[in-house]
Parts: sequence; C-alpha cells; structure tokens
Amino acid sequence: MSTADTARTVPIIEARKLEKFYQHPEGGRIQVIAPIDLAVFPGQILALLGPSGCGKSTLMRMLTGLSPASGGTIYWHGHPVDGKFPNVAIVFQSFALFPWLTVIENVEAPLEARGIAPIERHKRALRILDAVGLDGFESAYPKELSGGMKQRVGVARALVVEPEVLFMDEPFSALDVLTAETLRGELLELWLEHKVPTRAIFIVTHNIEEAVVLADRIIVLGRNPAHIHADFPVTLPQPRDRKSPQFVELVDSIYRVLTQPHHKDDLAPARTQAPGAAPKPKPVMLPHTRPGGLAGLLEILVDRGGRVDLHRLAEDLSLDLESLLPTIDTAAILGFVRAEEGDAIITPEGHEFAQADIQARKAIFRKAALANIPLLRQMEQALRAKSNRTLSEEFFRDLLEEHFSEEESRRQLETAIQWGRYAEIFEYDAGSGKLTLTES
Amino acid sequence: MPAATLSAAHPAPLPPAAKRPAGSRKSWAFLIDSAVFLFVFAMIFGIYAIGRTWLGPAHPQAHISQNPRDLPLYAFYSLVRMVIAYAISLLFALAFGYAAASSRRAEMIMIPLLDILQSIPVLSFLPGVMLAMVAVFPHSQLGIEFGSILLIFTGQAWNIAFSFYSSLKTIPRDLREAAIIYRFSRWQRFVELDLPFSTIGLVWNSMVSVAGGWFFLMACEMFVLGKRDFRLPGLGSFLQTAASHGDTRAILWGVAAMIALVVLLDQFVWRPIILWADKFKFEQVESSSTPHPTLLHLIGRTSVLVRLYRRLFRPVVNRLTLLFTVSARRAAKTFAAPKQHRLRQRMAYLLLAGILVGLGFTVFHAIRELSDLHREDYVELFRSAALTFLRVNSALLLSALWTVPVGVAIGFSPRLARMAQPFVQMAAAVPATALFPIILLFFLRFRGGMEFAAMLLMLLGTQWYILFNVIAGAMAIPSDLKEAAQIFHFASWDRWRFLILPGIFPYLVTGLVTASGGAWNASIIAEYFHFQGRTVSVPGLGSTISSASDAGRFDMLLASTLIMATIVVLINRLVWRRLYRLASSRFKLET
Repeated sequence: MSTADTARTVPIIEARKLEKFYQHPEGGRIQVIAPIDLAVFPGQILALLGPSGCGKSTLMRMLTGLSPASGGTIYWHGHPVDGKFPNVAIVFQSFALFPWLTVIENVEAPLEARGIAPIERHKRALRILDAVGLDGFESAYPKELSGGMKQRVGVARALVVEPEVLFMDEPFSALDVLTAETLRGELLELWLEHKVPTRAIFIVTHNIEEAVVLADRIIVLGRNPAHIHADFPVTLPQPRDRKSPQFVELVDSIYRVLTQPHHKDDLAPARTQAPGAAPKPKPVMLPHTRPGGLAGLLEILVDRGGRVDLHRLAEDLSLDLESLLPTIDTAAILGFVRAEEGDAIITPEGHEFAQADIQARKAIFRKAALANIPLLRQMEQALRAKSNRTLSEEFFRDLLEEHFSEEESRRQLETAIQWGRYAEIFEYDAGSGKLTLTES
Repeated sequence: MPAATLSAAHPAPLPPAAKRPAGSRKSWAFLIDSAVFLFVFAMIFGIYAIGRTWLGPAHPQAHISQNPRDLPLYAFYSLVRMVIAYAISLLFALAFGYAAASSRRAEMIMIPLLDILQSIPVLSFLPGVMLAMVAVFPHSQLGIEFGSILLIFTGQAWNIAFSFYSSLKTIPRDLREAAIIYRFSRWQRFVELDLPFSTIGLVWNSMVSVAGGWFFLMACEMFVLGKRDFRLPGLGSFLQTAASHGDTRAILWGVAAMIALVVLLDQFVWRPIILWADKFKFEQVESSSTPHPTLLHLIGRTSVLVRLYRRLFRPVVNRLTLLFTVSARRAAKTFAAPKQHRLRQRMAYLLLAGILVGLGFTVFHAIRELSDLHREDYVELFRSAALTFLRVNSALLLSALWTVPVGVAIGFSPRLARMAQPFVQMAAAVPATALFPIILLFFLRFRGGMEFAAMLLMLLGTQWYILFNVIAGAMAIPSDLKEAAQIFHFASWDRWRFLILPGIFPYLVTGLVTASGGAWNASIIAEYFHFQGRTVSVPGLGSTISSASDAGRFDMLLASTLIMATIVVLINRLVWRRLYRLASSRFKLET
C-alpha cells in the first residue's frame, strides 16, 4: 500500500500530542517523550526504530494502554480511547511465556480470559499453532523449546486473539541471527498471504535491516526526550533483496539520520517539539558504554584511512545498531570522531588516541573527557572543592535527578563513573559508594 | 535446597506423547487406586472420631495416657491439628501476601508487621488465643482444640506470607504485561501467574513452617495458663507427659512415633510435592539438576496428592476461571485500567480507623500492664535478655563452626553429597524438641547440664538451616574458580580466604538469618522444661516468657515478649540486613 493511499484511509490508531513526563518532586518535569503525533494505518507494517533507551518501548506501552500517557490523546478508528483499549496483542522480546503452562495452555490462556468455552478455544489454539509451525509441540513446556520455537509460541498466543493491530517489542532480538531471519520470513508469509486477520503490525526494533526488510513505513525516534526524528516510507516490493541498490541506499540513509547528533535538543526537529514543552537545557546525555570499545573502533578507523561508512562497518563487524551506535556516540562526544553523511571521520585527537600506548591513551582520554563532558568536569570540580577530596555518589545522583528520570540518572551516573575511573579522574569504592579524587 | 547433581536427570525433552506414558503405569494404577480407597475410608473414620471429641463437652485436662498403644491415635490427633493449622496458615499467607503486594500503602505497614510477628515466640500468643477461644466456645472441646490450632498457626503463617509477598513482587514485568494485555481476570491472573510463580517459595517455606510446627508441638498441646491446666491428647502432650513423669520407656516410644510420622510425611508428602513443584521453576532452559528423588521416584508424579490436584483441583479452577471471566466480561466489554472505587476507598478508611482504635486501646492497656512492673523486674528482664543473647549467638557460632567445613566438604564432593544427603535430610526432619527429653536424661546428671542442654537444643533446632545453605553455596561456586585456585597453588588458608568463604558468604548469611530467628524462638522451650516432676530452667528471656505464661503473669509475659521482639527485629535490621546487602552486592557471583 502506498503512502498516497494511506493518506486517505482512516488510521486504526492515531496518537495526537502523546507525551510522557515525570513530575520532579522539587517542581519542574522530566520529559521522557516529547509530544508525538503518530498514526497506524490498516494494511501496513510500521517499524519504530531508534537506539536503546530512547523511549521506543515506552511509546509502544502507551499505545497499547500498558502505561498511561502523561498528556495527549489516542484515537481508535477516530474515537478517543480513555482507559479502555480495544483488541491488541503484544509479542515480547523475552517471549513472556508462562513456564508452568504447556504450549497449548499458553496459547489458550488469552481465549480463556475472553470466556471462550474449552472445546472452542482448543480448536482455535490448534489452528493457530498449526499456522506458525508448532503442530506436535502442543503439550511441551516452554523450557523444552529452543528460542525460535518459544517466540513462535509468543506469536501464536498473540495471533489467537485475532488482534486488529499486532504489537511486537523487539521480537527477534533475543534470537540468533539465523533463527531471527527464519522467523522474519515466516511472519512476512503469514502477513502477505493474509493467513491472519490482523490489519496492521507495529514493530519496535533497533535493527535497521530488520526494519527495512519488514516494514512499509519506518519511523526513526530520536532521544532525550524521545521525538520523531524521521519518517521513511518503504516502497520496495516484497520479497526484498538485501543486496539490491535501493535496499542498501535506504539502509544508508537511515544510518545517516541516526548518526546525526540528534540527542541535543536544539537540533531536534521543531515539528515534534511543541513550544514551551522544551525543558531547561540538559547536560549531555552519555551513551551507556564502557570506554573499552573505543580504542578498537578508532584503530579500525585509522586502518581504513580515517573515514568509514557506518553501514558497511556494521556489516563487516556483524554488529547491529544497538552495539555500534553508542560507541560512535561516545567517540563523537569526546571529539575523537565526527559523524557526517552516515560516515565516521576520525579527528586528529582520535588519531592520536588510536596510536598511543595504554598510559598515554588514559591521559588523552582524561583531557578529552574533562573538556567535552560537563558532568565529569562538574564531578571533578566538586571533588576538588572538598577538603578530603571525597563525596558520596548520592550527591551526584541527586544532581542528575534534576534532569533525568530516576532510572536514567542511575545509568548516567554508572556510565560517568566508568568513564571517570578509566580517565583516572577519580576512584570509586562500590562498597561505600564513595568517590575520591585521584591525586596526580 | 538444590540437591546433588547426580539425580537420575530429568527425562530429556521427549516427544510430548512420551511425557505421560499410560502403559507402564497400569500396574501401579491398581495399587494406587486401592490405596486411595483405603485412604478415603480412613479419612471418613478419622473425621468421625475427630467430630465426636471436638463437638463433645470440654476436657481441658484430658488424661494423657502413657501407653504406646494409644500413640497411633495421638499421632492422628496431632496430625489433624497440624494439617488444619497449616491450611489456615496458607490461606492467611495468600491473603496477606496478596494484599501487601497489591497496595503500596498497605505494604508500608504490613511488611514490618510481619517482621515483628515473626519474632514473637509461640507462647506469647498463648494467653490471648486461649482465653479468646475458650470464651467463644465455653462448653465445647472445639474451643480448646481451636486454641491449640491457632497457636500452631502463629508459628507457621508469617514466613509463608513473606515468601508469597516477595514472590509477587519479583514477577517479571513482561509476564505481568502479558497478563494485562491478554485481559486476564484477577482470578485468572492469580491462578495462572501469581500462584504458579510463587509455588516453589511457598513449598520450601511451608516445609520450614511445618517443621517449626512440630518443633513447638509440645508447647502447643500442653500448657499451663495461670491456674488453668490445658492438655490435649496428641503426640506433643504424650512426650511432654512422659518427660515430666520421667518415664524413659514412654519417652522413647513417643520419640520413635514422632520421628516415624515426620519421616513418613517427608517421604510421602513433601518429596512428591517438591518433585511436582519443579515444573514451576521460572527458567528459560531446562536445568540439569533437579531435586533428588528418593524412594518414591516412580510414583512421585502419580502420588495421591498430585493425582488429587489433577483430578479435582484443576477442573474446579478451570470452571472458576470461566465463571469469573464471563461475569467480568459482562461487566465490561473492553478492558480498562482498574479504577478506584469510592466505596472500596471508604471501606478501607473505615477499616483503618477500626484498626487504629483497636491499636490505641491495646497500647493503653499494655502500658497499664507494664506500669505494674517494678524497676527490679526490668533489671531482671534485661539481664535475662543478655543471657539469652549470649546463648543464642554461641549456638549460632557453634553451628557455623561445624556446618561450614562439613557443608563445604559435602558441596565440593558429589560422592559425599550422595552418601550424606538422605541421612542429613532425615536428621533435619526430626523435630529437635522430641529429642530434648532424651538429651535432658543425659545432661541433667551433670552440674550445669541444663545450660548445655539448652544450647544443644537451640543448636539442633537451627543448625540445619545453616548446613543446607552452606552446601548450596559450596555447590554454586563455579568450577573454573576452583581450578584457578588449584593452578595458583593456593595454600589451604588462602583457598578459604579467597575462594570458599566469599563464595558461600551470601548463602551463609541467609542460613544464619533464619537460624538466628529460630534460636530466639526456641529459647522458650530450651530454657524452661517440665522434666521428671519438676521444672528445669536456666535464667533467660525464653524461660521468663515460659514461666510468666505458666504463672499467668501477663505483665511479665508482655514485657518479655516486647523485649524479645525488639531485640530480634533490631538484630535483623542492624546486622543481618546489612550483611545481606553486602552479600548481594560484593559477594554475588555474577557470570
């Protein structure tokens, strides 16, 4: 279905100005998801793409009614839903099967909840198990099955309720590459041959190729706070050839979008950022990485002449976005790398870092970290200001909680501590939770 | 406790048809069915016997026979009390845990309350429970029986409730969300998610609780309350009477009967249940080690209880699920986020107000009671608290001293584990109090013997918790760490310092926490015992509680209970909880 068609049809689900924020106890709010407009049209597979921790899952949970929205409205066939959500189903990343129920009992459970008589629900469950290729496994327990089989049960359980929209939360990312590929093919087959009455699929993923293989439309989410960064229609005919130039080009252009420095508010598209909703300037959000992988990345960059296409790189290293992007981000924040047009370009500092030995690297890292990361600079100054050069981590967590949610603050501090230790800015004692300045 | 690895592994993932073979069980089925028939017949007779005595006139001071021939009937009486008390405990635990887990506000009060209740020894509940029950059923044996049952209940319910609560709190988010998105009714969520997820915890805690029940059986079946003397026919009272008469032959018979009963229950009830509960393990892949099936491996799956569950319980649950769902569906066509009902909120406030008034009233009276005590009394109380403190912790230390090396040896050697396991499990199943009269027979010949005997009883009652945990901890140490220690030629002491002690630390702490609480509670029997026509006691908080209960001195009972509960809760908060945190942060073995 082309975008021109969908423009005229009424969306099944439509979200207007949907947003999520937490009220900070001392006034002010922490925006997790900026007001977003989003629509799911019939006949479409819609992929929601973004780096980890950007709020994809939260957005999906709001659309399914699992998590209340802080603002905005969700319309179902043009009518606002308030608290009452129609027929949806979710396929979970972790499968979320009940281990004490057999395969068929797992699939029957949602029907049981709908008050369908035992004989009828058994019949329906068998039919759907047959469709996903699980016949013969009815009375097995989930723990006896391989990951792929488990997720087939997850899909069967979701489809048995004949949902109008099928939600999938990174459904294949807990599986190995081959199994994931098989399951994607099976899903497409069910969908394209209309073997199930589902009218739309909403898939959350961090795998760009997966999105391009499956989806008719790809929405790229930016983070901090989450906002719609780009919206790609995919018009390639099914089945899609991963080697075709159009496919590669689309993947490349999504890479380009994703590697733009989108985590800074001022660069976020104004379209999704309602006036007045923008919170006060935030400190740079650190990607949750350890500095260990940094040197490896930079060495590869130097090897390849200082400039590399990120898509190619990910393919060569068989890494997905989830693992590669945060490291690129880290390098970019520290000023070791510049991202440009989907390419990563090494800077002179990055070059120096890649060539140095272990001790020299730490010194370079330290300099770059203090120059480019306000949080680490702030931590260093606060520690220096104390006569015993020691502060508890709680102090910094409180500071961070003015800008981030509790969970995110914890992760930010964890990351900052990792980096600060590596840079030998301070020492950290996990037992007492104390940070001590490293005297050089 | 995880069993040694050797168990004749789980059946490998066979095709589903092979899971429940029909042919090979045919010959068993006949035997089992006859057994079930006999069992039902015996049950009917038992209910008749129980009904006749319980509904009859009150006999607070039944004559307790010393004839071994009466033991089967006495054992039956005790068993019935135990079963009823356990059933009430379980129901209470489920309701309490569920309520605490579903309301944040209730949780803030209910969980500390459990902590406190758990630290109060059985005898401290005695006057309240007995007086209330006798007042409700003044002329019927029912009141006294029920009082005794409630006493057993007070020793069993709390840890089961806590286990259920903490299981509910740890249900993975995805499973919860699946239940919501697929519109499970509350009931369906309870039977298909909450209950199964909590089963393993419930089973282990039930075992601990019932073991505690047997431990305090003597105190619950025979006691003095001021001028009133209560005796209920049962195993506990048989043993207690035999002990106070110094009738060695009867003591031995009683101990034998008790051991036989407990071991039978262990083999025929708990083992099959543990085997069955294995399917509720929350794991993604099938584990290789399963609980060691003992004698009954073959009929474990088809044991009476499990069959009863399949035939009776399951269909009923299914029916109920359908019923609840249909009515819920009728109420609302689509699923909605739960709304706060105004009526329910008002009811909650009313309940809260009622509780507050009751609490105020109780506190007022308690203070009046306490003000009757003199300063010397308090000095005495604190002195005895200090003595019991020393006794409890010496018992713990002694336990740890022998269980750590032994447990590590067992945990490191599969061969040793195989040999030791049945023996250790039997030994642990025997309630230490049953052995107490025999211990006293021996120790009272020496001067200061009671002091040793008291400590020994605490030791016997609590060392198993530590031993089992140490074994589990030693088994959990990864073999590559052991190999690393070997490669680097660690000296024996270094091996302990760097590998074994840190490795078992979290488990050791878990064992010690349980043991410590148990030892404080055990002090009410260990420090004060009617033996050979006299009372043998050593000064301590436990003996203060027991003697206050005997003498009907409520002020003293109240004060000593308060002190004990405070000490136990404080030790939990200040010592164990901190060690626990340390264990789960620094000494956690992460892979």
